[in-house]
Amino acid sequence: MSGARSLNPTVWLGVPMLVCVGVTVLFSAPIRLWGLQLPEPVFAMVPAFAWALIRPSILAPFAILLLGLFLDMFWGGPTGLWGLSLLLGYAVVLLFRNMMTGQSQPILWGWFAAITALSMAAGYIFTMLDSVAIPSLLAVFWQFLATALLFPFAYRLIDHFEDADVRFR
Amino acid sequence: MPFREGPLGDLKVPLTWTAAVALVVAAVIAVAFLLADRRETLQEQAYGVTRQTMDTVAKPVSGAIAAPGRWTGLGVDYVRSYFFTASENRRLKAEMAEMRQWRDRALALQDQNDRFRSLLGLRTDPPIPMTAARVVSDSRGPFANTRLADAGSERGVEVGNPVLNERGLVGRVVGVANGASRVLLLTDIASRTPVMIDRTNARAILTGDGGPNPKLDYLRGVDPIQQGDRVVTSGDGGVVPRGLPVGAAVKGLDGRWRVVLFADQASIDYVRILLFKDFAQLADQKQLETHSLPPVTTEDPQASILSTPTPPPSAPTTTPSPAPKPPAAATTAPASARPVAATEPPR
Repeated sequence: MSGARSLNPTVWLGVPMLVCVGVTVLFSAPIRLWGLQLPEPVFAMVPAFAWALIRPSILAPFAILLLGLFLDMFWGGPTGLWGLSLLLGYAVVLLFRNMMTGQSQPILWGWFAAITALSMAAGYIFTMLDSVAIPSLLAVFWQFLATALLFPFAYRLIDHFEDADVRFR
Repeated sequence: MPFREGPLGDLKVPLTWTAAVALVVAAVIAVAFLLADRRETLQEQAYGVTRQTMDTVAKPVSGAIAAPGRWTGLGVDYVRSYFFTASENRRLKAEMAEMRQWRDRALALQDQNDRFRSLLGLRTDPPIPMTAARVVSDSRGPFANTRLADAGSERGVEVGNPVLNERGLVGRVVGVANGASRVLLLTDIASRTPVMIDRTNARAILTGDGGPNPKLDYLRGVDPIQQGDRVVTSGDGGVVPRGLPVGAAVKGLDGRWRVVLFADQASIDYVRILLFKDFAQLADQKQLETHSLPPVTTEDPQASILSTPTPPPSAPTTTPSPAPKPPAAATTAPASARPVAATEPPR
């Protein structure tokens, strides 16, 4: 019966959320190294991808919404933009969860990149509609690249919690 | 009694469906937030209490996180200047020799400019008060380009104030809290700044797109711009003062005219916030209020229309006639009763 235990939300939702907030604040420091600024990846993409793969949850969408709202407030963007974009990515992962579970790391990395691209495309369209202007594709690409490189952290999170609740294998 | 032993213990809610419902509810909330957002209006009311609270909290946290980086940068600069003192000295001497020529030229132009101004009777704008601030956080994504500065309403910063670094215009304030203000950069997708080409005076709107080089939209005139032209603020619309340096014009890969921002040539760690609201503040309000208007004088119809025309002056005689005695009532009558227009020359 130990396999049927439910996950502690503080551990699998709360801690990654806090880590995401922390590293987002850390990477927003106005530091230049050899004239170059730090990259600005969307760290919240990691839990949005991993949480959907670990197990379906009632709390996870609201945690993603909170993370998205934090990003909008902290970065000074339109409120709800990242919340909606991340939730869209989460929904797609939830939809194709059966296809993704148990896949090898490179295949999952491909899925992560595809979901990141989808979320950023959604953000691109929402921004276009909200600001009535076309964002720079190059700037979107750089942020996509920086975010796609975060997959090892998402894999670690999945690996850590995937078998914690055998009902959702 | 534990829940599982109760009458609802056998009730099984399909978790996948419940999770889907939770997802839909969260998405609806996000859509509602997005639709209610009025960030692009850049109005003071659109910057809500939640954002102000976030900025107030983020300022000390980001400031503390940015401090080691700033100290490291200062340390690196110190070590670099220590080891490269000799070469730096040579470079500075050469630069100083060049600057002396520019100083003489600037003084001559200043003198010439002052003479032209006095000749034309031009009235120059008075200096605008400003406050200095340190940038504590920086967002560089494609959908938001803002910075958080550590000066807010306690130093008189208001929404709309232009922000500069030592090279040029950085952006403008879109949100103010106590001790912090949010600066919307020229590169943000919501940023629109009226500018002009310094060489031709051609007007354009500088439009951010999340990339490093904002676009020049609505350029007017035939061949109004060339590669390398200096772009400055036009002051149109009263959003920012005229003549603030913005950048240099370049042709983008997409064939559109873009601007390489002068502000990007230096790190934007310290900024100056111009406490400029609109052009009304440039006028001396006290003088405007105390200035007394000229008295209102109206024409007396009795005197101007119905009165007999004055005879033409006769030839001078050797014996002067006595001057007519002015009517006694004229000295006590109100100004409106006096025939002002008939006696005053037309202006």
